[in-house]
Amino acid sequence: MASVSVPAERPGGLLRRPHATTGFWAWFTTVDHKKIGILYGITAFAFFLIGGTEALLIRLQLARPDQNVLDAAVFNELFTMHGITMVFLVVMPLSAAFFNYLLPLMIGARDVVFPRLNAFSYWAFLFGGLFIYSSWFLGGAPNGGWFGYAPNSVLDPTRGMTFYAIGLLITGIASTVSAVNLAVTVLNMRAPGMTLFRMPVFVWMGLVVQLLLAFSLPVITIGLVELLFDRLFGTHFFDVSAGGSPVLWQHLFWLFGHPEVYILVLPAMGIVSEILPVFARKPLFGYQFVVFSGIAIGFIGFGVWAHHMFAVGLGPVANTAFAVSTMIIAIPTGVKIFNWLGTLWNGDIRFPTPMLFSIGFIAMFVIGGLSGVMHAVVPSDYQQTDTYFIVAHFHYVLFGGAIFGLFAGMYYWWPKVFGRMLNETWGKVNFWLMLIGFNLTFGPMHILGLQGMPRRIQSYPESLGLAFWNLVSSIGAFVIAVSVLVFLITAVASFRKPKQMEADPWDARTLEWATSSPPPDYNFEEIPVVHSLDDLWHRKYAETEGGRVVPVAAGGSGGASHAEGSAHAIEGGAGHAIHMPSPSYFPVIAAAGFPVIGYGLLFGVPAVAVGLVITLAGFFGWALEPSAE
Amino acid sequence: MATLEHSAPAPVTDHAATSTGLPHLKLAMWLFLASDCLLFGALISTYVLYRGASTVGPYPADVFDIPYTSVSSFVLLASSLTMVLALAAIQRGDVGRSRVWLLATALLGLTFLGGQVYEFTSFVNEGLTLKTNVFGTSFYVLTGFHGTHVAVGVLMLLTVFTLSFAGKINQDSSMTVELVGLYWHFVDIVWIVIFTVVYLIPTGNPAGG
Repeated sequence: MASVSVPAERPGGLLRRPHATTGFWAWFTTVDHKKIGILYGITAFAFFLIGGTEALLIRLQLARPDQNVLDAAVFNELFTMHGITMVFLVVMPLSAAFFNYLLPLMIGARDVVFPRLNAFSYWAFLFGGLFIYSSWFLGGAPNGGWFGYAPNSVLDPTRGMTFYAIGLLITGIASTVSAVNLAVTVLNMRAPGMTLFRMPVFVWMGLVVQLLLAFSLPVITIGLVELLFDRLFGTHFFDVSAGGSPVLWQHLFWLFGHPEVYILVLPAMGIVSEILPVFARKPLFGYQFVVFSGIAIGFIGFGVWAHHMFAVGLGPVANTAFAVSTMIIAIPTGVKIFNWLGTLWNGDIRFPTPMLFSIGFIAMFVIGGLSGVMHAVVPSDYQQTDTYFIVAHFHYVLFGGAIFGLFAGMYYWWPKVFGRMLNETWGKVNFWLMLIGFNLTFGPMHILGLQGMPRRIQSYPESLGLAFWNLVSSIGAFVIAVSVLVFLITAVASFRKPKQMEADPWDARTLEWATSSPPPDYNFEEIPVVHSLDDLWHRKYAETEGGRVVPVAAGGSGGASHAEGSAHAIEGGAGHAIHMPSPSYFPVIAAAGFPVIGYGLLFGVPAVAVGLVITLAGFFGWALEPSAE
Repeated sequence: MATLEHSAPAPVTDHAATSTGLPHLKLAMWLFLASDCLLFGALISTYVLYRGASTVGPYPADVFDIPYTSVSSFVLLASSLTMVLALAAIQRGDVGRSRVWLLATALLGLTFLGGQVYEFTSFVNEGLTLKTNVFGTSFYVLTGFHGTHVAVGVLMLLTVFTLSFAGKINQDSSMTVELVGLYWHFVDIVWIVIFTVVYLIPTGNPAGG
C-alpha cells in the first residue's frame, strides 16, 4: 500500500497514537470510511442471522395448531427481539454500511467529513446492539413488541423493556451522529463539478435518509427517555391514573416510526436506481423525478404517522386527514416505480444476480405498497389492523423491499469492496430460493389475516382452520433460511479466489467504479472533476450524430487501467503526499462508556459515574488529539 | 482522451474549500441544533399536553415564583451578550479579552444552574417531586433536560477557557469559540420558549387555582 502519511512519533501522552493499518487493532482504531462500512456490513449481517433464527423459532411454534414448542413468555421475547433486531440492528446498519462505503466514493471524496465521528457511530451502534442482546442473560429480553406500547412497556415486571429503552437510546445516538456526519459529507465534500443534480440517485437517497434520521430520531429519543423515567424513577408520563396518556407514547413512537419506514426503504430504492441503468444500459428514466419523489417521500413521511393509530380512536377528522396524507404519499412512490419500468423499457437488458434482486425488489415492493394503500382506507384498516394481513404487508415492504434491495447492492458492489466476484450461478440460486421462500412465507399471511388470525399470538386452536396456510408459511421461512445459507457460502467461497478484479467489471456509470477494486485508502489519487450526471459513462462512451452510442477511442477499460496504474504510481512519488486522518483509540473509548452507563441505570449508580467518566475521557482525548499526524 | 481528467491537486488543509462554502463544523453544528430542536419540541409538547391534567397538587400556580425565575432568565440571556463579546474579541485576535468574556459567560451559566438547583430544592420542599403528579413529571424532565444542556455548555466554555492558556485558542481558531457560541445561543433561545410556555402562560388547575 502506498504510504499515506508518515505518522510523526509523538512521545508522551496517555495513549500512543495507533498506526497499524492491518490486523486486529487496525480494525479497532480505523477511521477509514471503507473499513467502517465493512464493519457495519459484517455486524449487521451477523444480527441478520440472529434475527432470522428468531423468526425461524417463531415459525416453528406456529407451524402447527395447539403447539407448545415455546412458551408464551419466550414467544413474546422472540417476536419483540426479531422486530428490534431486523429494524435497528440489520436494515438500518446494513444501509449505513452502503452509505459509509459508497457516499464518499460516489461524490469523489477521500473520506467522510468527520472520520473519527464515523468510527464513534459504528462502535456506539455495536455496543448498543450488544447491550440489548445481553438482556437475554440478565433478566429477560424485551417482550413488549418493537413498538413498546405503554402502559404494558412500563408495567412489565421483567427488565426487558428497560434494556429496550436504553439500548435504543444508544443506537439512536449512533444514528443521529452518523446522520449529521454523512449529511455534511454529501453537502460539503463533493468533487469539483459534482453539483447536487449530478449526484447519483443513491447519494440523493442517502442525503434524504440522513435528514429523516436527524429529525425523527429525537422524537423517539424523548419517548424512550420518558419510558425510562416511568420505569426507573416513578414518573407518570404514561400513567392514566395520574392524568398521563399512553396515547402520547404512540404519537411519539410513530412520529418517529413512520419516517423510519422510509429510512429503511429509501436506501434500497437508491441502490435499485443505480443498478437498473447499468444492466439496462440506459440512463435512469426521469432522474429529476426520482430525486424529487424521494424528497417528497421524505417530507410527506412526517405527516402520515397516525395511520398506525386508526383504531385508537383519534376521531373521524384526524383519521380522515391521515388517510388522505397516506394516500398522497403513494403518489411519489408510484412515480418511482414507473421511472424504474421506464428505465427498463427498450433497454439492452442483462440479468446478472444484482439485476434479478433489483427486479425482485420492484415486484415485491409493489405488492407491499398496494396493500399499504388498502390500510390507508380507514374502514378497511379497522378490519385488518392487528391481524396477519399487516404482518404480510410490512414484510413485503421491508423484506421484499429493503432486504431484496440490500442483497442487490451486496451482489453489485461486492467486486468493488472486496476485489472479487460473487459466483453468478449460486447467486441466481440464492435469488430464486429467496423469492420463492419469501412468497411462500408472507403470501399466505394475507389470507391468514383476512381469515382473522391476530398478530402476536403464541398458538391457535385447530378448529379455526388456520393450520394449512401457517404450515405453508413455516415451510417458506425455512426456504428463506436455505437461501441465506447459500449466500453465506457463496460469500465465503469468494475469498478463496485471488483478488484480481478490474476497476469497472459491470461497465457502470458512477464514480466509485473509476478507482481500483478495492479502492486505495485515499480513494482517488487525484480528485476527479465532474462534468455531467453519470460522468464515468460519458468518459467511456459518446453519442454519434446519428444517435448511436459508441465507445470513446481506447475507452472503457482504459479508464479503469489508468485508475489501477495511478494507485501504484503514487508510490513512485507523484509529487505530493495525500494526508489521510490517522487511526484513533478515542472513538471506541467514548462509545464504550454508553453501555456502562446503561448497566449502571439497571444495576447500580456507581457504574453510571464510571461510564460518564469513560465517555468524557474519550471525548476530551479526542478533542485534544489532532485528526492527522 | 480516455483517461480521467483531474483537477490540480487541492491543498488538503483544515480550511479546504467546501461545496456549500460553509465550513464543515459550522454546517454540522447547525444540523445538530436543528435536530436538537425536535428533542425540545417533543418535551415541550409533552408538557403542554399535560397542562392542567394533574389530579393532585401542588399545581404550577402554587409553586412558581415568577420574579425569581425572571431574574435567573435575565442572567442566562445576559450570558449571550458576553458570549458575543468573547467571539468578537477572539476574531480581533485579543485572546486576553476573549478569555475574560468566556469566563464571564461560564459564570453566568453557572449562576443560572445554581438558581435552578435552588428552585428545584424549594419546589421539592413545597411537596412537588418527579413522582407527585404529571406536572412535576413533565416540569422537572423538561427543565432538567434544558439544565443539562446548559451544564454541557458550561463544560465546553471552561474547556475553551482552559485551552486558551495552552495557546490553542487564537485568531485562526476562532471557529471553536464561534461553535460553542452557536450552541450557547441556541440553549438560551430554547429557554425563552420554555420560560414563556411553562412559567408565563398561566395554567388552570382542577382545584380552580
